Amino acid sequence: MSEKRVNKGNNIILKIENLQISFTQYERGLKQRTFQTVKGMDLEVSSGELTAVIGASGSGKSLLAHAVMGLLPYNASMSGEMYYCGEKLTKMRQEKLRGNEIVLVPQSLAYLDPLMKIGRQIKKNRKDEKINQRLADIFSRYHLKEEVAKQYPFELSGGMNRRILISTAMIENPRLVIADEPTPGLDLKSAKRVMEHFRELADMGAGVLLITHDLRLAIETADRIIVFHDGRTIDEAVPTDFQAENTLKHAYTKALWRAMPKNGFANESKNTDI
Amino acid sequence: MRLDVKELSFAYQQRTGQGQQKHILQEFQLSVESRERVGLTAPSGFGKTTLCKLIAGYLQPDAGEILLDGKPLSSYRGYCPVQMIWQQPEQAVDPLLRMKDVIAEGDEVEERILAGLGIRTEWGNRFPGELSGGELQRFCIARALGKGTRFLLADEISTMLDLITQSQIWHFLMEETTQRNIGMLVVSHDRELLECVCTRIVEMI
Amino acid sequence: MREKNNRRQRVLAGLIFSVIFLAVVCIGGILCKQEAAATDFSRKNLAPCTEYLFGTDWLGRDMFARTLRGLSVSILLGMVSAAVSAAAAFVLGVISAAMGRTADSAVSFCIDWVMGIPHILLLILISVALGKGFRGVAAGVALTHWPSLARVIRAEMIQLKESPYIQIAEKLGKRKGYLIRKHMLPHLMPQFFVGLVLLFPHAILHESSVTFLGFGLSSEQPAIGIILSESMRYLVTGQWWLAAFPGAMLVLVVILFYEIGENLRKLLSPGSAHE
Repeated sequence: MSEKRVNKGNNIILKIENLQISFTQYERGLKQRTFQTVKGMDLEVSSGELTAVIGASGSGKSLLAHAVMGLLPYNASMSGEMYYCGEKLTKMRQEKLRGNEIVLVPQSLAYLDPLMKIGRQIKKNRKDEKINQRLADIFSRYHLKEEVAKQYPFELSGGMNRRILISTAMIENPRLVIADEPTPGLDLKSAKRVMEHFRELADMGAGVLLITHDLRLAIETADRIIVFHDGRTIDEAVPTDFQAENTLKHAYTKALWRAMPKNGFANESKNTDI
Repeated sequence: MRLDVKELSFAYQQRTGQGQQKHILQEFQLSVESRERVGLTAPSGFGKTTLCKLIAGYLQPDAGEILLDGKPLSSYRGYCPVQMIWQQPEQAVDPLLRMKDVIAEGDEVEERILAGLGIRTEWGNRFPGELSGGELQRFCIARALGKGTRFLLADEISTMLDLITQSQIWHFLMEETTQRNIGMLVVSHDRELLECVCTRIVEMI
Repeated sequence: MREKNNRRQRVLAGLIFSVIFLAVVCIGGILCKQEAAATDFSRKNLAPCTEYLFGTDWLGRDMFARTLRGLSVSILLGMVSAAVSAAAAFVLGVISAAMGRTADSAVSFCIDWVMGIPHILLLILISVALGKGFRGVAAGVALTHWPSLARVIRAEMIQLKESPYIQIAEKLGKRKGYLIRKHMLPHLMPQFFVGLVLLFPHAILHESSVTFLGFGLSSEQPAIGIILSESMRYLVTGQWWLAAFPGAMLVLVVILFYEIGENLRKLLSPGSAHE
């Protein structure tokens, strides 16, 4: 669409090296305790690609999204390097870029303002002709009727609201889209339908980073899968690697594969080194 | 034993423009025997959670009844023989209670069950906020497996778990319920999972 | 990062300082009962100096001692009435949420009714009806300050009743008494204590204003309200210290109580626990 997008080569948009995040919390009384949640995360996101990070819930993978956006909570501290389009991603750049070049599609529909009409919400209160045109484009792409713009979130179904949530990110022409569990509680068919929208974004040249615990969804929709376990990124694979166990590298990834219901539903609890 | 769901109907009062009611269930029928593990699958937004809450007695149906061995479930006093495991373990435990007190609320849950679910002894002294979702869910499952439990409702209990934990927990549950002759109703949108763990699958349409 | 995070220690230090300060004021007031009443015409109308920190009044009474005495009376009265008020709020809030719909509408009606009448008006009415004095004011403050806290506790209870873990405990065969004791009270306690402490400054301010207006404590008692209303007559003759110091001390005490309440809230509420 815009000039930037003409170049659809696989430029690295986001590069993260040895990201570490730790938290300081109070124990009972006045003592403080620091514990490390992310111990070493490396990854790259390229333009035109849908990269998935998979990990168990509560493993700290969502922190990745918060770290890139610069939205970590006050009691977190972080080390490691982040590069956006080849340049270091500093606090100042984060503030400048987030919301327009870098966008986050959150997990919960609760991020929609229940008291604001859909149209205004997506346009973020801007009223010029250009933005109206973009809104119309996005609506037609997501099969949303024009009158939806004048409705409130509660009048729409869950699936429509999810498309609205993606639209609020789309209107900005983003180059990096981070989707944190964008399909909670959806069955595979509906989830894949949501993921098609992200695929479109990647096809238009943006880099998409999908953060999820759902390996099946990642296999079905992503270009590259990065496995996050015990605070580290331990493996990287392409979806076709998951067709058989012996094409996978890491022992943990193999164990994940074996535990999938369709691959035998193996009980790994006896295997203590995992 | 036998759990019967007879002509269950339920509607949420909805304040839409027309003042309509939103029918979730209409004359729903289901029977589960003690030796069975019945899988229940339906697309998202089909009222699967509502159905579980109705069967476990958390909600009152508009019509129809739930019978346990021919007697209405509501006539059982004290510990309810039909226990439900919730989808979100974070909401199902009191944030101010230590995990060992959470387990103590169950009906004399045996050590064997805790061990079988991979619950470490030192977790007992922690508060819910200090455990991950997967660890909390193990406690919720253990709590529901007390002495008096005859039927177990599992509402998407493993969607937020990683595959390895999911497999571990289900293998334990299958063994435990077979041994103790506890009937199960397993709700999930993951058909492959249901085919692995259930003896019979019902599709809601 | 290290110093910034030790907020809990700073909060606790602030809390302890406020408590000690108020305790000293209270004890000081009790100890200088004699001094506060002692008149000595050889030293009347003295401006603040090193010997008489707050100066003396037209009867030669030491204003410092009078202020301490007045504050300790106020604090004592505030504590008694706030405690009674908070206890009433707690009981009514719990009844309202736990005992069914009729009880709830009865309590809610009372809350709205008391809140509908201006505080100060109701307070004056009750105080006068009970013959003014310590008893009248204490009863007046206690009877007018419970609704807001009762409302908070009722709302919290209703929310708790709906929470999944309490519903689950019910299905696990737990009785109502157990649910209230084990699941509800621990959640209510922080709210209750903070509400109780935040009632103190209200109670003190209202006591002073009622007394100032002449419907509260009798004029023999050196209450802050009395001191302030008497000193009004002398302000025009340039004796500013008669009102300024007691007034400032009253404000300071009120602020310290607020500080204690806020610090308690920070320490007890789970939301800000890790700040």
